[in-house]
Amino acid sequence: MLRWILGGREAQSSVEKSPVLCIGEEQPKNWFTELQVLKGHFDIVRFLVQIDDFRCASAGDDGLVLVWNVETGERLQELRGHSQQITAITTFTCSSEVTSHTSLITASSDRSLSLWDPDTGTRVQTISDLQSSVKCLLVLERLCLWVSGGEELCVWNRDFQLQCHRQHKQSDTGITALIELPKNSIGAAVDKEIVIYRLTVSDSSVSVAEIRCLSDHQDQIRALINVNDELFASGSHAGELILWDAIEWNILAYEHILWEESQASTQNAIRLGASKPSEMSIQHLTTNGKLILAAVGSGLYVYNVQTKAVVAYRKVAHDSNVLHTMLLSDSELMSCSEDGSVRIWEIQDLPLPAEPASAGFFGMWNFSRTNKQSGPPSKKVMDIPNIRMLELTGDLIGHSGAVQMFVSFKENGLVTCSTDHLLILWKNGERQSHLRSLALFRKLEEKGGL
Amino acid sequence: MIGSPDVVAFTKEDEYGQANPDPWALPEEFSVPLHPLADSNPWAKTSYAKFTKDFILISEFSEQVGPQPLLTIPEDPKVCGTFDLNYFSLRIMSVDYQASFVGHPPGTGYPRLSFVEDSRVVLGDSKEGAFAYVHHLTLYDLEARGFVRPFCMAYVAADERKIMLQFQELSLRFSQASECLKAGNRRAFAKELRRKLQDLEYTHSVLQREEGLQREAGPQCMYSAHAVEKANELANVEKSIYEHRDLLRQISCYHRRPRRDPHAVTCQKCMTECLSECEELLDKYVKLANPFGYSKNEEEGQGQLDDEGGDEEADEEDDEGVKRKPSYTPQLIKAKSAKCFDKRLKTLQELCDETFYKATLELLKETERSFRGDLCYLHTCRLDKALRRKQRVANFLFEEDLGDDEDEVETLRPFCAVNHAIDSYILLNPPPIVLGPEPLELDVLEPPDPLDPASETSHTQESELGLGESHLESSPSDQTLETQESSEETKGSFSSDKSGLGQSEKQQSLTSMKSEAPDPDSDLTPDPDQNTDLERESSSEEMETTAGDDEGDSGGDQTPVSLLEVVSELQASKEDECGGGNDSDLLVPIDTACCMAQEGFLYEASAPDAMPCLLQSSHPQPSPTLVVNQEPQALLPLQDDYTVGSPCSESPATGLELPVGHLGDAVSRTSVEDGSDCTMSVSTGSDRAASPLGYGRVVTLCQRKKAGQGALRFVRQYPFAMQALWCLLSGRTLVVLGADEGRVRRLVAALALFVPAPGKCGERVQAWLSCPFTLTDLQRWKLIGLQRVASPVGSSMLYSLSRYSRYISILDADQKTLRCPPYRGQLLANIADHRTYVRRGSTYFLHIQSTLCHLAAKAFLFTFTHHLHLPVSSTEGPEVVEGRRRCFLQEQLGLGEEDSHILLYLSQLITQQYLQPAAGSSAAAPCFSFDYTTSVLYKI
Repeated sequence: MLRWILGGREAQSSVEKSPVLCIGEEQPKNWFTELQVLKGHFDIVRFLVQIDDFRCASAGDDGLVLVWNVETGERLQELRGHSQQITAITTFTCSSEVTSHTSLITASSDRSLSLWDPDTGTRVQTISDLQSSVKCLLVLERLCLWVSGGEELCVWNRDFQLQCHRQHKQSDTGITALIELPKNSIGAAVDKEIVIYRLTVSDSSVSVAEIRCLSDHQDQIRALINVNDELFASGSHAGELILWDAIEWNILAYEHILWEESQASTQNAIRLGASKPSEMSIQHLTTNGKLILAAVGSGLYVYNVQTKAVVAYRKVAHDSNVLHTMLLSDSELMSCSEDGSVRIWEIQDLPLPAEPASAGFFGMWNFSRTNKQSGPPSKKVMDIPNIRMLELTGDLIGHSGAVQMFVSFKENGLVTCSTDHLLILWKNGERQSHLRSLALFRKLEEKGGL
Repeated sequence: MIGSPDVVAFTKEDEYGQANPDPWALPEEFSVPLHPLADSNPWAKTSYAKFTKDFILISEFSEQVGPQPLLTIPEDPKVCGTFDLNYFSLRIMSVDYQASFVGHPPGTGYPRLSFVEDSRVVLGDSKEGAFAYVHHLTLYDLEARGFVRPFCMAYVAADERKIMLQFQELSLRFSQASECLKAGNRRAFAKELRRKLQDLEYTHSVLQREEGLQREAGPQCMYSAHAVEKANELANVEKSIYEHRDLLRQISCYHRRPRRDPHAVTCQKCMTECLSECEELLDKYVKLANPFGYSKNEEEGQGQLDDEGGDEEADEEDDEGVKRKPSYTPQLIKAKSAKCFDKRLKTLQELCDETFYKATLELLKETERSFRGDLCYLHTCRLDKALRRKQRVANFLFEEDLGDDEDEVETLRPFCAVNHAIDSYILLNPPPIVLGPEPLELDVLEPPDPLDPASETSHTQESELGLGESHLESSPSDQTLETQESSEETKGSFSSDKSGLGQSEKQQSLTSMKSEAPDPDSDLTPDPDQNTDLERESSSEEMETTAGDDEGDSGGDQTPVSLLEVVSELQASKEDECGGGNDSDLLVPIDTACCMAQEGFLYEASAPDAMPCLLQSSHPQPSPTLVVNQEPQALLPLQDDYTVGSPCSESPATGLELPVGHLGDAVSRTSVEDGSDCTMSVSTGSDRAASPLGYGRVVTLCQRKKAGQGALRFVRQYPFAMQALWCLLSGRTLVVLGADEGRVRRLVAALALFVPAPGKCGERVQAWLSCPFTLTDLQRWKLIGLQRVASPVGSSMLYSLSRYSRYISILDADQKTLRCPPYRGQLLANIADHRTYVRRGSTYFLHIQSTLCHLAAKAFLFTFTHHLHLPVSSTEGPEVVEGRRRCFLQEQLGLGEEDSHILLYLSQLITQQYLQPAAGSSAAAPCFSFDYTTSVLYKI
């Protein structure tokens, strides 16, 4: 594309993208036509949480938590207190009072936990000198409790009082993910296993007990999510996606996503040649109850929960690992990647002369819930008519580093955070200009003329 | 009265036609006349004048040699060429300016200083092809006939219309200069008087001593001829002392006279200083005023040392110490003054204080500079400015920031010589009297308010002397104005530590309120009477005789008939000046009153006399009403004045405004000369450490004009210039890529003309960048000069170029290519025609300016048209509004898709600018809008 700039020199192959993915500059479906760069962090920004309709908080390796007004792009609060990087952040809505109030809970590598009021910017509670740093947080709003996971599992009430805790035994990595399950249960991902804990809440005390350990994954579990009330899903580093029954903790479906190197096209041998496990590692899972979207290596994979079948996939969706994904609707999804771009996809019906993807493009095993111990899985040929394709409808380029995460505020815009220390607020330019016009005439009226 | 054969008729054409202006008619500024000077070729006029440029001539009517030119501004002899200055001086000074009475008016015992207002007249000499605005003024000189020296300052031009149309401004400026000269002159005059008085006093004492000696030597009853002569001489000296003392008093009353001259704006501080100096002098010579007492007391003191003498002498020794300054030794004055042709007349420089003289020259030089250029030029400048003033909301887009507000202030600011400019600036800065319909006009009307200078001065004086209310009992001449002021004072309570500013502000607001009250109609509907008044004034009939002056002085200047009264008057004023603060002074009259014969008589006389003084202070109570009544009259002719002669007679503001732009131009010129030719530069953000060459300074008009040349070259050289301009105007960042810094910088400087809202110092332009840029940079800069380097840095730069290629257009200066979205519109064909016939950069610059101004006006209209953005009724959906907007852009403005982009972008900028102050939150990052379109590569 820029060969003309290089003055006849050979364009570097690395700059060159897969032709399929270069959608060009014409993006009629991409309505993010305005952006605001939000500066404030001094290091990688890793986390974004939505506080309410117009506020979000960002946190990162600089230990800062910043609260932003998404409508105006203003920085509302600066929450300082952590001396090291933030490892987890979550909102904590206390609705026990008449008015529900949202606070922020942060965990940091400095082995402390803090509760913040995003309205005033004050640190309401703080606990330091924990035995280990907390890696994940889970709020059980129903019980007005929250759980922190690391090398140990701790249950706290809303006043930051430790209710009970439980040391995990053979923990190298500790708990990396937590989900809430029915019947006061908690699912925790610990290395290759999913441990189910049950909370017993009596009048004054809370106790926690390990009741089950699911060790069906072959590799480290990278993602653990609730799909709906009956299902939860987990994805591993080796590309296994398992659908579990939330009550019985049985395997409902087992998918092993294998991008097959042998099929690698002629275009770029180096890229696909390496069979690194990260190529098929499930980095992130997201769901809307009906579909599960898995970020597999630099590809995307959409799975239908009801039909237990793959809906659409794209092996190379980004130039690098996909870090975060989101289902905007049943047909639209968004992903961000280490390559610094955010891409918007649409699930479209495959045009009739189908994609030359063969059935062997990825392998797929279906297990019944009983025969998981059985021998070599039988390979099933995918029925092509059911497969739809992911079409790139737009991309957002702005960050100069990996885009770590994004949060969508519907029509108000999208916030992305990145390793380049920046947040970018993407907005609908037309809508914004309309809003500004409104503001202009309002001001005109207030002033009673120019 | 005016000796010149062709005094130019000074009439208005149709000033009452606009009494009820058509409400639908466009304001004058918007309808640029096609032929502002339809009847004549403006360049033809100069053909038969013997000088090349306009100049200012200062002449004097010397009582020894008659009219003579003193100096010209500029001083370059080439300016006048073969023009006969002597002859022309004769012409312009042949106005019998000294017709006023001098010397001893009937019924008064002392010579009077004539307070003559300046006169302004336009004279022409058609034979010479010269026309002049002539400003006559008089300066005081103790040695001159009638104590006055007539001078005139003339603005000489070849174009009669130029003078006629600029009359108001010329008048204003020359009035300032004249006031400045006169202020200095009063100082010098007071100093001269002091010296003279010292001399006289010394002479007097010497004579007295001689006489005493004679008396002692000779027989008691015998009067030799010599003795008689001596006595006569002594009497003469005494008379002279009284005369001079009276002069001193008169000069110190100068400021209290109501000024008839509408333009007589003086620097308050100068006035105050001058005044306090005069008061001081008056103070000092109260003792001198009593020469008999002084000397006799001394003698008697020597003869008989009684107990009271102790204090007395101590006092007098003090006084002696004060008045006998080592700097000046009094000289004996000969009985007969030299013949007038023997003495050397003082030069203008000597007549005025050195500083004031210099300041006046500066002021005149500035005037000369600001009136350079022909009438067309001045006219367009003025229209331009007036238009810009109306377009404040959209000015930031393309107009350089001249700081219009400052201009206005500068117009009004009474110029001051001795660097009081800042002070007086503060004093007069808040003049805007908001007076209903036409604030602009009133701004202009405000300063000449004849009461204001006086009132302010007296206040400042008061506060300086710390007298407060006691000052109200000052000498009778004060009373008329003072009481009037005091009635106002009581309205607004004074705080104890009144800073001059607040006080004067209040004062002004009070005055403004007052002036508002009586004549709300009169500013709008001038009656024909005023017209005649005006004509009289403008045809330099303003010679006021002293007799006429007496009325104007409203009883304050009652000439003292007897010696006694003088003393008492001075005594009274002195008492007031010193207030209660000076105890010893207060004690003096009491002490002496009870013992001394002659002195006691005098002081005793003063004591009861003080009562009439006090009574007098209450007496002129009718006079405030008189003064108040005068005020509207004082305003009215003035207002009529403003409507005269200016090309836009219905909007006086335009006619009056001083084209300070030229001044700024001149200033900028110097800054250009020392700067490089890369005129655009940028103050880079602090967060960018590696920013190269960030020296932010204001981009001046001259730099922009120079850039016009570059822009013209660019347009002629590159066939895709139109596309490049479109990118800039539609808000797409343009990156100029090149290896040669000079070339890139030149290109950037040229293209910067087209960057909308470039910021005061061109913040949106980065002339030279040699490191990879980021998204934030794109957001900040709309035009970037980028260094092409063949190194690892270069490749990362290329990477950033390709990465952000959707947001930018790239102009390759080396390979002469442009990569940008395709533009097929017609809007810019006009300014980016590479076959343009425009050859000169400045012409092209003006062409661009007008086109861009046109665009900005359209954008303004688009932005603030309600129904294009909001639904008219509740049933309308956003699509209807959208459709209407598109219709407006396409049908009404005739803009295509791409051209609409320009307007939308400009409109967006206007919106953001308009909303900015309200939002107030500097924390919010600026928005960066873009759209997703394909780019194409243009080649030569």
